[in-house]
Amino acid sequence: MTPRELIATEIRSRWSEFPLTVEWPAPDRLRIDVGEGSTAVDIAEWLVDERGFVFAGMAVREHRRYWRIHYLFYDHGIPGLWIQVSSDTSREQPLIPSLASRVHAADWHEREAEDHFGILFEGHPRLGDFVLHDEEWPEGISPMRKSFDASERILSRGTRPDWSPRRILQEPGAFAMTVGPIYGGLSEPVHFLLETTGENVVRAFPRLFFKYRAIEKRAEGLDVNGALLLAERFSATTAFASSFAFCQAVETMADIEAPPRARTLRVLLAELERLRRHVGSIRGICGSTALAVAESRAGYLEEELLRLSGEIGGHRYLFGLNVPGGLAADLADGACRLLAERLAEIEHALASLRRMLGTTSSFLDRLEEVGVVTSEEAGYHGLVGPVARASNIVCDLRAAHPYSGYERFAVAVPHEEEGDGYARLRVLFDEALESARIIRSAARDLPSGAVRTPIERAPRNAWAFGAVEAPGGASIHWLWLDEEGRVERYRIVPPSFVNWHGFHLAAEGFAFQDFPIILSTFALSVAESDR
Amino acid sequence: MAGWFLKGVALGVKTTKYPRRAEQAPGVSPGLPRPTRFLDAAQAQEVASRCPTGALSASGSEVAVDARKCIHCYRCLRSDGAAMSWSDDYDWADVPESATGQGRPLGFEPRFRRSVNILVVDAGDCGACLNEIAQLAAPQYNLHRLGFFLTPTPRHADLLMVVGPVTDAMRYPLLAAYEAMPEPKRVMAVGTCALGGSVFGPSFIAGGGVAELLPVDVEVPGNPPPPLAILHALRVVSGQIRGARR
Repeated sequence: MTPRELIATEIRSRWSEFPLTVEWPAPDRLRIDVGEGSTAVDIAEWLVDERGFVFAGMAVREHRRYWRIHYLFYDHGIPGLWIQVSSDTSREQPLIPSLASRVHAADWHEREAEDHFGILFEGHPRLGDFVLHDEEWPEGISPMRKSFDASERILSRGTRPDWSPRRILQEPGAFAMTVGPIYGGLSEPVHFLLETTGENVVRAFPRLFFKYRAIEKRAEGLDVNGALLLAERFSATTAFASSFAFCQAVETMADIEAPPRARTLRVLLAELERLRRHVGSIRGICGSTALAVAESRAGYLEEELLRLSGEIGGHRYLFGLNVPGGLAADLADGACRLLAERLAEIEHALASLRRMLGTTSSFLDRLEEVGVVTSEEAGYHGLVGPVARASNIVCDLRAAHPYSGYERFAVAVPHEEEGDGYARLRVLFDEALESARIIRSAARDLPSGAVRTPIERAPRNAWAFGAVEAPGGASIHWLWLDEEGRVERYRIVPPSFVNWHGFHLAAEGFAFQDFPIILSTFALSVAESDR
Repeated sequence: MAGWFLKGVALGVKTTKYPRRAEQAPGVSPGLPRPTRFLDAAQAQEVASRCPTGALSASGSEVAVDARKCIHCYRCLRSDGAAMSWSDDYDWADVPESATGQGRPLGFEPRFRRSVNILVVDAGDCGACLNEIAQLAAPQYNLHRLGFFLTPTPRHADLLMVVGPVTDAMRYPLLAAYEAMPEPKRVMAVGTCALGGSVFGPSFIAGGGVAELLPVDVEVPGNPPPPLAILHALRVVSGQIRGARR
C-alpha cells in the first residue's frame, strides 16, 4: 500500500462509525465527503496536527437546504497529496462547526465566510468587521449569497471614518497609533492599528479590504473567458500565476492538457514573473531601509525585466497569454533564447547586489534579528511562500506537487532558519536566481508543436481546483460551473491573504522604525489579498 | 560604502532620452489597437465582437477604437481570424471634455510649470498601475529630472494621481485627501479602471472611475499605462504639451 492510500485507510478506520465517502479523482487527489456534523473538523484537525498537512483553504457553497464547506489540505511530501474534506450543515442549524478554534490557519477564512455569506461558526473567537467594514456596510446583507443582486449599488450610510478600533493593550501609558489607509508614498491602502506603550509595537493589527472588489461575486454568471479576465487581473503583479491556476482548473474539468510546448512556455513565463516580482520585492526592501543606490539598482533590474516580459509576451505584466488549453500566442524560439542570454546579465547584477548588501552593515542592522517569525508560528498560521521558507518551512508546490512539467526542472527550494528580515531577503535572492536558472533551462530545450489544445466539449456542471506556486506562495483557485458552463462559484485563496494573517507575528515586539522594513520583507500584495 | 558609489557610477547613465526623443526600446509599452479597415462588414463585426470591454466598435468595414476602454487582452489580435493592427506608442494621455469645457485650462497656471508634487492614491487597483508609477523612479525614467516629485502628504501635493475604480471603502479617504490638498490642484486618473471601472466596476462595491467623485483634469488610458504614458500625462498636466486628441 502506498503512503497515500495509507492515509485514506487510516481516516476510514479512525472514523469508521461515520458514513464517509472516499474517492480518488486523480492519483494525487483524495476527496472525503463526511456528510453532516463536525467530523470534517475532526479530520481536518487530525490531518494538520498529526500528519503535518497544511491547511490550504476553505470554500463555502450555498445550497437551498444546506451549506457545503470544502476544506483543502496538502502535504510537503514528495510526491505530495491533496486532500479535500467536505461537509454539509443544514441551513436550519444556526451555527457551523468552527475549524479556526482548532486549526488557527482557518481563522481568516471563517471570518471571511461570515461576512460573505452571513453564516456563523460555533466557537470562533472573533467574527464581524472583516471584509465588509462595519461603519460602511449595512448589517444583515451578505453579498455572496445567491439572493444578493450584485448589480445593485450599496452606498449604504455613506462612507464615514468613525471606526474605532477595539483596543486590547491595557497598561499605564498604552496608546494606539493608526496608520493609513493612505500612507507613505506609493502604498496600497491598509489601515494599521499599532498598539504600544512607547518604543515597541506591542500589537499590530492590519485592517484590510479597502480594495475589496468582490472578484468572486463578479465572476458568477460569466462564461469561462469572462472569468479568466478577472482571474488574471485581480492582482496584476502575479497575473500569470493566477491565470495559470484558473486555467488548470478549467483544463481539469475539460479533461485536457496543454500541449508540451505550452507547458514548458508556461513554466518559463511563470518563472519570469516570479523573478520580476522578487526583484521588485528586493527593491522595496532596499527602499524601506533608505539605501538609495541599492534601490535604484534593483529598480533598474525590475524595469529591465518588465521590458523583457513586454518584448517576448506583448504585455509587461504578461496579460492575455494564458488561456484554457495553453497559450493564446506562441513565443518564438529565438526570442526565448535571447531572453535567456539577456538574463545572464541580470543574474550577474543580482548576485553582485546580493554580495554588496551582505557586507553593508548599516543595512544588515535593520534586517537581522528583526521581524522574526519562528517556524512554529509560521506553521500554526499556515504561512506560505518565501515568508514560510525563511522560517524553515520547506514547501513549494513546484517541488511537492509539480504541475505543467515542473518535475523536469528539479526545482531547488531555498530555505533559511532564522525567520528574520534578512532570511526573507536571502530566500528572495536565492529564488530569483533559481528562477533565472529554470528559464534558461526551459529556453534551451523547448518542445516544438502547437501551444493550445482545443477544448472539444466545454465543461458544464463540473468543478475543479487549480493550484500553483505563485511568487508569494501557494495560490488556490476553485471553480464551479453550472449546466450552461457559466461560473456558479469562484473561490480564490491567494498567498497574500494567508500571509497577511501572520504578518502581525513579525511586527509585534519590534520598534516602530522597523515596521516599514518588516512590512517590505513580507512582500505582500493588498490587491491580491483583498480580491 | 564607497563600493555603492562606485557601483552607481559604473552603471552609467541609463535614463531615457524621452521627452527629447521618442523611446524606441522594445517592451516599454503594451500598445493599443489602431483603427483598422477590414475586407467587409461581417469581418469587422466579428473582430469587434471579440472585445470583452466594448473598446471596439464596427461601422461598415471599419473598426474604431476607444482607447479608454482597452485592457490589452489581445483577443482582437491573437484569436483565429482577422486581427486589428496594433500600435506600440505610449502618448495616450488626454484632457477630458469635462475639464476643457469648464474653464479649467491646463498649463496656464504657472505653478505647474516647474515642479509638481504628486500624491498617489490607490483606490482599488490591481497593483499594475501602482507598480508602473513606481517604475518612474527607476533609473530608466528618473522622474525627478523633469521636476516631478512624489509626496506622501496631500498638504504638499499639487496633483492627485488616482489608480483603481474607486472602491466604496476608498471613497472617503480619497475625498479627504483631495480636500486636504491646497489650491490650485489637479486630478489625474491613471489606467482603464480609474477611467471607467474596467473589469471591476461599476459594481455593488466599486465605482466606475474617478470622475464619479472628483473633477478629472487628465486621463491616462492603458491597463496599466506604461511609465512613458504616465510621463506623457505629466507633461500634459504641466502644460508642456497638449493631449493626444488635440
